[in-house]
Amino acid sequence: MNPDVVVVGAGIIGAACAQALRARGLDVLVLDRHGPASGTSASGEGNVLVSDKGPGPELDLARASRELWPQLAGDAEWEEKGGLVVATTGDAAEPLTAFADGQRAAGVDARAITVDEALSLEPHLNPDITAAVHYPQDAQLNPVKATRNLLRGIPVRRAEVSTTDGRSVTTDDGVVSCGAVVNATGPWAGRFGVNVLPRRGVVLVTTPIPGAIRHKVYDADYVGAVASGDADLQTSGVVESTKAGTVLIGSSRQRKGFDEKIESKVLKALARRAIALFPMLAGVPVMRAYGGFRPYAPDHLPIIGEDPRTPGLWHATGHEGAGVGLAPATGLLLAQLLTGETPLVDPHPFRVDRQEVPV
Amino acid sequence: MRVVVVGAGPAGMAAARTAADAGAEVTVVDSEPEAGGQYLRGRARLRHPGVTHLKNTEAWLVEDRTLHLRGPRQLPFDALVIATGAYDRPLPFPGWDGPGVITAGAAQTLAKQGVVLGRRVIVSGTGPFLLPVAAALQDLGATLVGVYEANSPAGWLREGKAVAANRHKITELARYRKVVRHLRTRTAVIAKHGDRVTVAKLDDQWRPVGHRTEHADLVCTGHGFLPRTDLVPEAERTHDFLNVDARQRTSVPGVYAAGEVTGIGGADLAEAEGVVAGAAAAGREPPRAALEAVRRGRLFAEALGRVHAVRPGWRTWLTRETTVCRCEQVQLADLGDATTMRELKLTSRVAMGRCQGRICARNAAELTGVPFDGQRRVVAVPIPLGELADLTEETS
Repeated sequence: MNPDVVVVGAGIIGAACAQALRARGLDVLVLDRHGPASGTSASGEGNVLVSDKGPGPELDLARASRELWPQLAGDAEWEEKGGLVVATTGDAAEPLTAFADGQRAAGVDARAITVDEALSLEPHLNPDITAAVHYPQDAQLNPVKATRNLLRGIPVRRAEVSTTDGRSVTTDDGVVSCGAVVNATGPWAGRFGVNVLPRRGVVLVTTPIPGAIRHKVYDADYVGAVASGDADLQTSGVVESTKAGTVLIGSSRQRKGFDEKIESKVLKALARRAIALFPMLAGVPVMRAYGGFRPYAPDHLPIIGEDPRTPGLWHATGHEGAGVGLAPATGLLLAQLLTGETPLVDPHPFRVDRQEVPV
Repeated sequence: MRVVVVGAGPAGMAAARTAADAGAEVTVVDSEPEAGGQYLRGRARLRHPGVTHLKNTEAWLVEDRTLHLRGPRQLPFDALVIATGAYDRPLPFPGWDGPGVITAGAAQTLAKQGVVLGRRVIVSGTGPFLLPVAAALQDLGATLVGVYEANSPAGWLREGKAVAANRHKITELARYRKVVRHLRTRTAVIAKHGDRVTVAKLDDQWRPVGHRTEHADLVCTGHGFLPRTDLVPEAERTHDFLNVDARQRTSVPGVYAAGEVTGIGGADLAEAEGVVAGAAAAGREPPRAALEAVRRGRLFAEALGRVHAVRPGWRTWLTRETTVCRCEQVQLADLGDATTMRELKLTSRVAMGRCQGRICARNAAELTGVPFDGQRRVVAVPIPLGELADLTEETS
């Protein structure tokens, strides 16, 4: 029997779309060339953040997702650890508190705290910071387990999709006919007609130092690096620990296609940024580094909706580094649009036919 | 011509000397305090005109034509020879992670320092390497309870060509006559609880067909070897060993490999490969005698791989509670139903700990049927963040 919907891509976004469609009674088949969460989803830190988004459509999507995640995460190590954003220079202090004011007005729990309060939240933090904002809503989960939980009860088949006309997909294993197709292939989404490109990121992992770092802690200049479209290497200090006690250190952004090579200049920049936040990290060994590709659209907004050029073809991609945090609301929005329900957020900003997105 | 050699075992030393004799400016980087590697530990000397030997030095990244060392320090090269060798592959069984079980390689290293960790000793695994280990332990006064070879040496009867080309290998085995009387084939240690050791008779796929209990306080295991390929994660490989051409070139431009990192065939093959790699790295035609020795040695190595392969029946030795990954305390039952290595790691935490899967990743892949993705680690050895922060920007 032919499925109602074929979802191409078994990452966190494809899984969330499949879950929301399945919950509406549709027959869903997920296709992936490797397997669940084998690409971008497993290459990040599993962050569910509201702290890094200013007021606007992406924040609306993030807040809706943040509401949905606790019921969907299951055993995926959901942890409401909270975020701590700090300014490391005198000039950066005022913009950080102003940014937090705007977020607060948009409904985010953003608490400006003193340096002393920040140091009591994170005793190893560099005492030279100039401002700090605490975001209790920031959370983290294990993205691979979360993807698998969303896919529970939904068939996932290993196949590489070459083309689709919105009513069928052609794979290396034959043609599958269906009612609709969802392109959830992340940074590889460009092959189905949308302008999505890979933006490289690298994460360093230290040996375990349990309990030393408690929140997701990052430098306020991270928000600027996320929004920038610059192709050159950009780094910002982002430090947090996992349940296993290892410390994850990011973040870097580089546009250089699907080049997987890890460069020492990236490792160096990440190390410097991390030590600037937590001086004690200088003596902690890095035991591995991994990299991945974020899917980014020219205007840095996700692409969620039907392709007006190819009826039946839907896109859910372009989430850049925020796919885990935006997944549940993305899946729900796509399923609502596809079944004609009232959408939970205004879908207009995420439409496919906005400037520079169709190719 | 700047040639950098990583590893100062038989392959690395031969590569360094040959490249220096060909006029190259050679630097050997080795993590040990003395040259020799595992095989010639304490018995080698690397003093040769044109060769600089950096002892106690760890390399952690190859980036274009620069080798990054701990310190931090950078070593530019025109050609790089990877001669980093291999380490024991231990197979898990109930009790393998408890006291009194070590790898045969670790037992050998300790024996060379005059140390045996037990009185009643069993050596269990597969391959001729078990014999010198057993002999070394016996020489230090240990009581050899048994030397258990899981495969059948009858397999060598089908390898006439390899044996004929390597008769000296058979002669070498005569040295271990006094331990051969303790040798039992198609036999393996499949469990150890305290000093009670379960010894099983195996079928040809290593499934137990009967067992008995022996008493021993030390079990040394070695089920083949895993190559140390961390410095060239992108290089092409077969069963994890680096692929090389007739000049010992890997698929990475400017990078050669010699010795056990390309396949297990003993010290003489490693040395011959080192000569070929050293000459080629220095831009010279490799000596014909070395090329011929490599050809003969590879026949032996391939036969060794066939006769002493790990057979899938080992997977039946484990119970659901048997530890697979020691660093993260992952048991067989925790491994689940992942389809890729990454999914397997992130759902079970296997291979995510201090050893970074060097011990357990291959075993976990075979236990679950997940395709093994090789030893692709970006940072070859742990390196403090402070050192990374101090890297100089220029990498010529």
